Amino acid sequence: MTRRQLWLRFIAHIDPPLMLGIGLLMLTSLIVLFSADNASFGQPLKQLANITIGLTFMWLVANLPLHYLMRTAIPIYTLGLVLLIGVALFGEISHGARRWLNLGVMTIQPSELMKIGVPLMMAWYFEKHEATLTARNYIVATLLLLVPVGLIARQPDLGTAILISASGFYVLFLAGLSWKVMGGLFVGALASAPFMWGMLHDYQRHRILMLLDPEQDALGKGYHTIQGMIAVGSGGILGKGYLDGTQTHLDFLPERTTDFIFAVYAEEFGLLGNLILIGMYLFVIGRGFIITANASTYFTRLMAGSITLTFATYAFVNMGMVSGILPVVGVPLPLMSYGGTSLLTLLLGFGMLMSIETHKKLNKT
Amino acid sequence: MNKHVELKNHLREIFYFRLRLAIGVGFVLVLMSLLLMRFFYLQVVRHDYYQTLAESNRISVVPIVPNRGLILDRNGVVLAHNYSGYTLEITPTKTNGLEETIAELSTLVEITPRDRKRFKKLLAERRNFESLMIRNKLTDEEVARFAAQQYRFPGVEIKARLFRDYPYGDQMSHLLGYIGRINQTDVEELEENDLAANYRGSDYIGKTGLEQSYESELHGKTGVEQVEVDSGGRAVRILSRTSPSSGNTLVLSIDAKLQEIAVQSFGNYRGAMVAIDPRNGELLAFVSKPGYDPSLFIDGIDPQNWDELNNSPDTPLNNRALRGQYPPGSTIKPFMALAGLHYGERTPSYTISDPGYFTLPGSGHQYRDWKKGGHGSVDLFKSIVVSCDTYYYRLATDLGIDKIFTHLSGFGFGKKTGLDLEGETSGLLPSQEWKMRRYKQKWYAGDTVSVGIGQGYNLVTPMQLAYATATLANNGVAYRPHLVREVRSARISENRVIEQKQEFDLKIDPAHLDLVKRAMVAVTQPGGTAVAASAGAPYQIAGKTGTAQVIGIKQGATYNESMVDERHRDHAWFIAFAPADDPKIALVVLAENGGHGGGTAAPIARKVMDYYLLGKIPQPLPDVAAKEGEEND
Repeated sequence: MTRRQLWLRFIAHIDPPLMLGIGLLMLTSLIVLFSADNASFGQPLKQLANITIGLTFMWLVANLPLHYLMRTAIPIYTLGLVLLIGVALFGEISHGARRWLNLGVMTIQPSELMKIGVPLMMAWYFEKHEATLTARNYIVATLLLLVPVGLIARQPDLGTAILISASGFYVLFLAGLSWKVMGGLFVGALASAPFMWGMLHDYQRHRILMLLDPEQDALGKGYHTIQGMIAVGSGGILGKGYLDGTQTHLDFLPERTTDFIFAVYAEEFGLLGNLILIGMYLFVIGRGFIITANASTYFTRLMAGSITLTFATYAFVNMGMVSGILPVVGVPLPLMSYGGTSLLTLLLGFGMLMSIETHKKLNKT
Repeated sequence: MNKHVELKNHLREIFYFRLRLAIGVGFVLVLMSLLLMRFFYLQVVRHDYYQTLAESNRISVVPIVPNRGLILDRNGVVLAHNYSGYTLEITPTKTNGLEETIAELSTLVEITPRDRKRFKKLLAERRNFESLMIRNKLTDEEVARFAAQQYRFPGVEIKARLFRDYPYGDQMSHLLGYIGRINQTDVEELEENDLAANYRGSDYIGKTGLEQSYESELHGKTGVEQVEVDSGGRAVRILSRTSPSSGNTLVLSIDAKLQEIAVQSFGNYRGAMVAIDPRNGELLAFVSKPGYDPSLFIDGIDPQNWDELNNSPDTPLNNRALRGQYPPGSTIKPFMALAGLHYGERTPSYTISDPGYFTLPGSGHQYRDWKKGGHGSVDLFKSIVVSCDTYYYRLATDLGIDKIFTHLSGFGFGKKTGLDLEGETSGLLPSQEWKMRRYKQKWYAGDTVSVGIGQGYNLVTPMQLAYATATLANNGVAYRPHLVREVRSARISENRVIEQKQEFDLKIDPAHLDLVKRAMVAVTQPGGTAVAASAGAPYQIAGKTGTAQVIGIKQGATYNESMVDERHRDHAWFIAFAPADDPKIALVVLAENGGHGGGTAAPIARKVMDYYLLGKIPQPLPDVAAKEGEEND
């Protein structure tokens, strides 16, 4: 076997367009991190390590044949659920919320696992009952979604709970949930809003109120939003230039390497940069949709669709939050924000997309 | 045929799926265009606005610290307030040599070694680009002298700040507590409770006492000013301002004058006094002696004063009224008597013959009465009046620990009273279960005997005993004890009067109550153990003396007060309420190492009641202790 053949085998299950899109985004991330970390290599290097680990796992998953992928659904989901219950009972409290589980050697955040686990389980369930789908199946699938979401919302981690709900909802939607039911759900959600308001924690209400009037809490969370908007707005059309963002470098921007990294980007690269960034995201999302449309089985269609739509949602929620149209919910910008855990989850998702794309021919025959 | 249908379904399914997917694509496009519209709005339409904010000038968000709420007594007398004063502050990074600056400064204004030590401590705790206080409470003259020379001192400035002041000093220290600088632990706690934003700019937080317990009321809401600053960091103009709202004012049920009289009446004794209005649970006086000067703590106490307070044998930092745990001694007897009547173990006429000691059947151990030779024949009434120990040794044995436990815990012994002051201890009311848990031993009959006279395992806090006395005075109906009667807000509409909440009604038989109360009145009459309490009083006082042993007495030995080191003398208790037929005040006095309750504690109680009921201010002490002959416990 020549070196070239080896290489071809190595990349056999990597989807080139998808790889190009996420590669560009991660490269941008390193460039922006360098600026956000005050022109130091500290965080970019650490993020590079995270990327390396993430890509390794992505490659492994991409090489996993589809029936193996399906088989992981129940174990992952069950493990996630057990860990979530563990968190509810024995979790560590940090900043008033119980999200982490201390396993002695490491602390883990099981809700992260469920970002993959929930859609995987739901898609598996629909595949099992594909031939005879009835209303009952949708109800069971909804329960598979609501139980972990309820546990996560109780922690309380409203942001993650909403995002997992979204990923599960996409599965239901793509699986053909009837429009009438969706309409009913929508009306129901509106009607129960006052009730939900009562269930929220004070700080969560606070964040929603603050969105309506960030000046209200200019010392606390409103400060994030105000400074984020100033950074984005002052960037103008062409931006202030790389490493020249005043908001960033004069320490006005909080959490600027994580949740607010978009503010750094938008300040330095302006509207033009934003167009390019949205373009990169749309490229990745578009490729995801194509993979979804061509997927060979019911399971893979649902899974690929949910992964793609969820990715789009994450990007929207984060940029919406930084630019002041959504509450500050603590969602990182996918593939851009510093942090290993969320990156790993995302790359595992892309690994699945690649597996779905590159194994479909094998599957058909 | 079959296969054809399946195939068609499959295609249809794919078609529907792709339709849904197309809707998903549309959804994503809508979201992304929303974002682009928002970016266009921020970066093009509003660009100039944000440009101004971000580039040419910068906004700085400046917190405006609210004024801390006042604390007033029930008549509006100020117990804690703020005054503005000048401080001299140094920003270490801006000076040309910190040591030289301080040395130079000390030629202009007085800087004591204490100031220097405090500054060193601040320097260690805080970051050195912050402005740190070196002197507070500058006089006008000092301010003027420094202002003229300020150009010589880069990084040093005069600031006007509000200071907390406690006019009553050590008289109220255990009640009010104090505020102190916010430290790392406080910061973590504030962050945990999502309050950090409201404390931006705040330097102080309540550390103990009411200042701590009512921190959320007293602190107020921090205001905020958005100012434009130029490149040098100086404010150019104010963009917007949200005024702070001052903390709420606490109106206490405490009567400052009463408290003052109580403290003075203690003379040189250490101890505690709690006075309650039994009709509603309001605390009228809350004394723990000795106190300390709370103002020492505000800016961090210096090591010398701290050592003095912390190592003093008088333990001035110990809140005796709330946290001190003592054997109740004979003050438990009225409650025991009620238990005896309630469970039918005693009738009013049941009489014992007291030889001066009690022995358990089959045991040679003598539980001695305080009076050698005994009190002769004793019924329930007399048992309280002369404080007969033998009567209660026997009663406790007849009742057994389970009934005693049930009955006494009804009065709140062994539990926190729920006073609105943090840090209360719960005392100890022993039970079989407790002993098993604590000592892994079963309860012996001998354990019960001394519980009957309040000398066994049981421990009470003065607060607890006062609460039980108030409940007894109010015929078994207990009100939740509280110090704050009203919270006043800057907005009058938000004023709140603390509700007077009935906690429980023990539903005691009125005949039993009448008997015990009459006996308690007789305690303060000639022939009783506390004659000094009511001599010449125009109202009736019901009371009971008590003694808490500090050291045990061996079998056969006698306790001779004059022979014992002062700190090993017994603690004197006195519980009382008055007027006996319609109690308006119930109180407990504990005089540490005071000997007998009747001799030392009762006169203190009398002065407090005289002021409260008659408005009489005590004259320098007439010698009431002369009649002490018969009084013992």
